[in-house]
Amino acid sequence: MTDNCQLTTANRQLTTMTSETLLIGLAGVLAAAAPVIFAVMGETFSERAGVINLSMNGSILLSAMGGFAVALNTGSLLLGFLAGAGIGALVALVVAFSSITLKQSQVAVGFVLALLTRDLAYFLGNPVMGQPGPRLQSLPLPGLSQLPVLGPLLFKQDLMTYLSFLLIFLAWAFIFRTRPGLMLQGIGERPAAAFVRGANVNRLRYFYTILGGALIGLAGPIYSLSVKAGWKGTISGLDGIGWIALSITIFGGWNPIRAALGAYLFALLQWLGLALQPILPGIPAQVLQVAPFPLMILTLLLVNIGDSEWVERALAAMPERQRRLAEKILRALRAKPPAALGTTFDSE
Amino acid sequence: MTIPPHTFLLYHIGCRLSVVSHFVIHLIIIFLSFSHSLPSHSPMNVDLRHIHKTFGKVHANDDISLDIPAGTIQGILGENGAGKSTLMKVLSGFIYADAGEIRLDGRATTIHSPADAIRQGIGMLHQDPLDFPPMKILDNFLLGRAGGLFPDRKTARRDFLALAAQFDFSLDPEAYVDRLTVGERQQLEILRLLWLGARALILDEPTTGISLPQKEKLFATLKKLAAQGMTILFVSHKLEDVEALCGRVSVLRQGKLVEMMTPPFDAGRLVESMFGKQVTLAARTPARPGLVTLRAQNLSLEDSRLQIHQANLDVRAGEVIGLAGMEGSGQTLFLRACAGLLHPVAGKTLVGGRDLTGQAHHAFKKQGVAYLPASRMEEGLIPGLTLTDHFVLAEKMRGVFINREAALGLARQRISAFNIKGTPASTVESLSGGNQQRALLALLQTPLNLILLEHPTRGLDIESTLYIWAKLKERCAQGSAILFISADLDEILQYSDRVLVFFAGRVSPPLDAAQTSVTQLGQLIGGKGWETLAGEAAHA
Repeated sequence: MTDNCQLTTANRQLTTMTSETLLIGLAGVLAAAAPVIFAVMGETFSERAGVINLSMNGSILLSAMGGFAVALNTGSLLLGFLAGAGIGALVALVVAFSSITLKQSQVAVGFVLALLTRDLAYFLGNPVMGQPGPRLQSLPLPGLSQLPVLGPLLFKQDLMTYLSFLLIFLAWAFIFRTRPGLMLQGIGERPAAAFVRGANVNRLRYFYTILGGALIGLAGPIYSLSVKAGWKGTISGLDGIGWIALSITIFGGWNPIRAALGAYLFALLQWLGLALQPILPGIPAQVLQVAPFPLMILTLLLVNIGDSEWVERALAAMPERQRRLAEKILRALRAKPPAALGTTFDSE
Repeated sequence: MTIPPHTFLLYHIGCRLSVVSHFVIHLIIIFLSFSHSLPSHSPMNVDLRHIHKTFGKVHANDDISLDIPAGTIQGILGENGAGKSTLMKVLSGFIYADAGEIRLDGRATTIHSPADAIRQGIGMLHQDPLDFPPMKILDNFLLGRAGGLFPDRKTARRDFLALAAQFDFSLDPEAYVDRLTVGERQQLEILRLLWLGARALILDEPTTGISLPQKEKLFATLKKLAAQGMTILFVSHKLEDVEALCGRVSVLRQGKLVEMMTPPFDAGRLVESMFGKQVTLAARTPARPGLVTLRAQNLSLEDSRLQIHQANLDVRAGEVIGLAGMEGSGQTLFLRACAGLLHPVAGKTLVGGRDLTGQAHHAFKKQGVAYLPASRMEEGLIPGLTLTDHFVLAEKMRGVFINREAALGLARQRISAFNIKGTPASTVESLSGGNQQRALLALLQTPLNLILLEHPTRGLDIESTLYIWAKLKERCAQGSAILFISADLDEILQYSDRVLVFFAGRVSPPLDAAQTSVTQLGQLIGGKGWETLAGEAAHA
């Protein structure tokens, strides 16, 4: 239903392509990326601390359903969002407890949780399925929304989209500019070294995993209360978002700004997939819908090219100044996972 | 009480200006009062009394008492497993002693954690420095020091540079730690611990994996610190390091403190108390080289950092060639090229007269070339598998299913032949470093033409080192040639017939090990004396 609806919108947009409709389309891309941004930032925090929260896909579904159900029954959007964050935090707590305290495999536990929470969402969501519910209204910022181009693009969004912009910056500043952020990098990189510097590694890992889980959990109600409002069970079109967010975290090299670029790129490609269909009728619709995925993989290859031997050799042959510059760029592009990702820590 | 006039004046002016400039002037005042805040360490006596620690049945520390006055460089000798690390872990807060007391400056204290240890003035430099490789030096330096939400990089940077200048370390605070050598990472850790106010320093096997010039610099630094009143605990199994540095030496054996000595040290007695028996170095036996096993002909190699131009070498059956040089001077490139792991840019590699240039490692292996990398656990052995599993894999037994009986028999035989402390069912990661290296040697097939080794005895105690070399010499007698890299110049001169020195990609002509001194070798490694070398080579 929704896809069809979006498709016709896209159709209309491109047949009468004006700069205004293009702007609206791009503004839609920013809004559609908001939940992915929340999920990716949450996963980035968790993985920076050394814990892979693989349950993300199911976690988003369950919190989307839960957030919608709470908002529907209480009439409060705020409670809906809080419920979503709570569900995400709770699932993350299970991941944290089993991996940090019980020292079980994060991958195995996370995978099972991903399946369990997804099925729970479909099963428990039956009573609220298809019901019309509350929806987050857009909140044009006075003054700013009147700006040419930037106004309709950035400042006629809803609250959560604004928060997603803010979150990118806050997450980046926290991880790279503050003292606790440096320690967060430290516990995921080399927990023993963080420990001798006074960090309570396992407690911090709990904290960041749960914080990350809450952010992931917010992605759910952003869908069910805004981007794809309502709960439609298996045809909600949310299944798979979590896996994509997981790969964007990796593409993003555990860096909020890069990860955000990845999320926007993905949302843009998806929109193009729909928008280009009427322009390129020769290409089957499925090709355009699937195209974002291989394109993302290609990006990953390009981003990590600096590690290959032939590039290093080419660099060595370059004159000093250009080489320095190229090395700097490649270094900035390179994405190395936190070295202690997925491991457990014992202080002894 | 008098108020300093300039402070008052500044404040007075400040009152008359806007809030912003008021703030700026406050900052200036704060800056003035902080401008000489480098730590000055007051001396501290470290006194360990009757320390006991057991792990299961093992009495790792058995009633150890050690009183170290401030300003002493205290050496702690002992073979692997003697209890040195346990004692240092107790002192640095990693583990609690079962019984006993730690007294700092005469006051009994409990050390709760490594972070608590440094608060009380005890800093530890770990064998593999505990730092964060992908982060900048400055971030590594300031992380762990208390402070507000945003780290004060400016002050940290200024203090870092001032401290580094004090000890003549050239470290760029903006550089990344993963680009540093182990020696430089140690320097960073020492500076960090000093900044945190360390008054006693524990160094765990600090000379493993660093070059000779870096070792000299480290020793000079430690001596300077001791002269300023720093208490230093220097843990090592290397006699020559302890002799060169320490004012006192204690020897641990099987958890007990068995010897305490002051200079002049009697090396024979130290070794005897370490092992409980006399250990003697094998006499040099000159090789009787046979046919050419490996010929490197005008070999040019390169990686992203280094180039080697037209190196030539003939390795003959039965001889040992040592490759000396600072870490990253080209010796690893050369060794990897000999193993077929790195393809030369130009030139040829011939093994047993057969041209294998550009072929894969597999082809070299077929010709009887074995390569034992420095990282035993990462590249040499498979963690999680038992000794038996390793022998089965190495032997290429026929059939899909493993003949458990035969495999077990083979494992038992090799374990006793190579004196490995372990059982056929021991996983390789449960073995000590020395036993892992023995296992690697036991895995080598016979016969072999050429054995290539990186740091064959790094981190091993004297007994294991002697054992490993005895086994390697046996191989030579059977006709294998050996090429090995080592950072230990004494080892190179002791066991090599000829030596190749590497410096920034330059390769010396082969030197006769019997005619070369440690000093000469040390200079060549540091890049000195190459002109005369070139002259001699031309002359020859």
